[in-house]
Amino acid sequence: MNNSKLPPTSSGLFNSPKNRAIIFQVLSLVVVVLCIFYFVNNMFDNVAKRGITTGFSFLGETAGFGVSQALIPYDDTSSTFLDVFIVGILNTMLVGVIGIVLASIIGLMVGIGRLSSNYLIAKLSLVYIETFRNIPILLQILFWYNVVLAALPSPRQSISYFDSIFINNRGLIVPDPIFESGSSFILIAFVLACVSVVFLSKWAIKRHDLTGEEFPLVKVSLAIVVAAPLLVFFVTGQPISAEYPALKGFNFKGGITIIPELLALIFALSIYTATYIAEAVRAGIEAVPPGQKEAAESLGLKDYVILRKVVLPQALRVIIPPVINQYLNLVKNSSLATAIGYPEIVTLFSGTTLNQVGQAIEIILMTMAVYLVFSIVISMLLNWVNARMEIKGR
Amino acid sequence: MAVYTMKEAKPAPSTSKGLVFWLRENLFSTIPNTLLTLLGIYFIYTTIPPLLDWMIFDATWSGTKEEVVKEGARWIFIIEKFDQFMYGFYPEALHWRPNLVAIISIIFVFFIPRLSSIKIKFVSMLLYPVICFILIRGGLGLEVVGTEKWGGLMLTILVAAVGIIASFPIGILLALGRQSDNMPIVKTLCVGFIEFIRGVPLITILFMASVVLPLFFSDGIEFDKLLRALIGITLFQAAYIAEVIRGGLQAIPKGQYEASESLGLTYWQGMILIILPQALKISIPNLVGSFISLFKDTTLVLIIGLFDILAMVTLTNSDTSWLGFEIEGYVFVTLIYWVFCFSMSQYSRVIERRYNTDH
Repeated sequence: MNNSKLPPTSSGLFNSPKNRAIIFQVLSLVVVVLCIFYFVNNMFDNVAKRGITTGFSFLGETAGFGVSQALIPYDDTSSTFLDVFIVGILNTMLVGVIGIVLASIIGLMVGIGRLSSNYLIAKLSLVYIETFRNIPILLQILFWYNVVLAALPSPRQSISYFDSIFINNRGLIVPDPIFESGSSFILIAFVLACVSVVFLSKWAIKRHDLTGEEFPLVKVSLAIVVAAPLLVFFVTGQPISAEYPALKGFNFKGGITIIPELLALIFALSIYTATYIAEAVRAGIEAVPPGQKEAAESLGLKDYVILRKVVLPQALRVIIPPVINQYLNLVKNSSLATAIGYPEIVTLFSGTTLNQVGQAIEIILMTMAVYLVFSIVISMLLNWVNARMEIKGR
Repeated sequence: MAVYTMKEAKPAPSTSKGLVFWLRENLFSTIPNTLLTLLGIYFIYTTIPPLLDWMIFDATWSGTKEEVVKEGARWIFIIEKFDQFMYGFYPEALHWRPNLVAIISIIFVFFIPRLSSIKIKFVSMLLYPVICFILIRGGLGLEVVGTEKWGGLMLTILVAAVGIIASFPIGILLALGRQSDNMPIVKTLCVGFIEFIRGVPLITILFMASVVLPLFFSDGIEFDKLLRALIGITLFQAAYIAEVIRGGLQAIPKGQYEASESLGLTYWQGMILIILPQALKISIPNLVGSFISLFKDTTLVLIIGLFDILAMVTLTNSDTSWLGFEIEGYVFVTLIYWVFCFSMSQYSRVIERRYNTDH
């Protein structure tokens, strides 16, 4: 490393930083390529020796095992390993979406609670954060699954709400909506309502810019989005009904069953991730200089206007990037479902499928690829948000 | 001549100081605030007393499990299985060896940094892992204990410690590689590695290490299950450490780099003497944060079949004479993790304050 004691070479080949960079890079590239060559060579040898088939043809074979939850039609006698792969991805996404929504809600509440002027609420929020972020997420998942949910009563002694929602050790059973003809109109009405809200908000902002008059945008938008589909629902003769679960024999028939594995995973992931989101929210709000709020107050703005137009826009710039990273962490942590057997991508593919097919390399690379795609999509989202929120100088 | 006699100052009204004032200001200032307070009190009332009853007042601490009929926690399970929670299946007669390692580690962490002699520091840093390894595994006259017998908290700490120590130099090199703008190939390799590792969950890397890694080597080379897990965890942690250190490197003003160049220092001299000490100092809080996540992540080794302290809960529970004691097991392990992680995070706050140089 230390060249100062070497006599200077006449050519100066090693003394020029440029040459040294080139030589070093070539060397490291050669080492990496040699390593890869060595690994791949051994890999083919080993695979051949152990008689493992290679390639992705196994994806077309019939899987032949049951899956406890599938969002697409799945049948253990005819579905292929490709179907298993898709079921796994969809189940991961399901956990991700529900977990993200719940974690955001809890995190936002606790983060604001942490800054509350109410001493008790602030301390309770602090205790919540310090408790749950210092316990490994896997331990939390196992605790929910093996202790809390396992202690629920059997289907016959289910805890029930309004005779339509049941909780027991087989999971949470809720009514299944049935869409009859005409229900598509409700969806159309909902989409139209959303589109009209977009136009309305553009108009309201423009009018505010021109005249300074405020338009009660949130209330009106909410009314439109709720009222329009509801109106269509009654006009078309209530085309959506529900199939209620009922106890038949030893278990419930009808309705949608949310399996305990999913419940445990969702509880654990959202409670754990919410602690990080709460800290991000707190940091974001604290990052807004108090002078901003004081200045707004001295202008005579109302409290909610200060929050919406002065504090939040500045806080969100700090809050959103770490929160999006936490979303990615939540999706990656959902892989721990394999410890309790919830059928997401790692359980189904790196677990069951690997055991049946034995093609470790293909299967693990495919699983990793799924997560890489998730993280690329999420980081693209992050970059897009960052670019939009950037303070635009003149 | 009227003499003005000063009157005694009246005490402040009770509404602007003291307990009543504090309560009114902090708990009952507005109606929503009062409602929140009542809600909070109700929440505490419904959770804390039953929890305390379960954990302490109704709990059983001694006796045999047949005598236990009470509602509370049956800590006798933990007391009975304590050795397994700590050492796994490490032979009981040899427990002094991991204990000795723990003592050596404490001495190492607290006393070595205070030594003035660089030489002794360096030698002890080289000797420390070797001594620990020989003590735990055996050899040189000591009875050999295979890694399949290592377990419990001992294994958890060992995995975390190896992960932290081994990933540190790799992480620094990766961070420097990522920052080296004049070496595009090296930079691409580093970025590729870091982003790949950070994009996938640790569990897939552990699967990779335990299932695919043996296929990469020719027949003569056998990897122990624990070693494979350690390799996976080290690579994983290195990618995260690299990003933390990169943050520190980016925070160093450009003038520092230029100054080190103008002194005629080579790249490595400048890095080791000027840039890295500053960058690492800035990164300490984030490094501790990443150590805490690693410590929590060590629980994942149970999925590839190693018996860390969390795995011991299921394992000790499968003993047919001790069925149905998971709750106590989970709560005990939770407390251990919580104490470790919480003290690490408090420690990082102390360091942050100690090294805080801006005023």
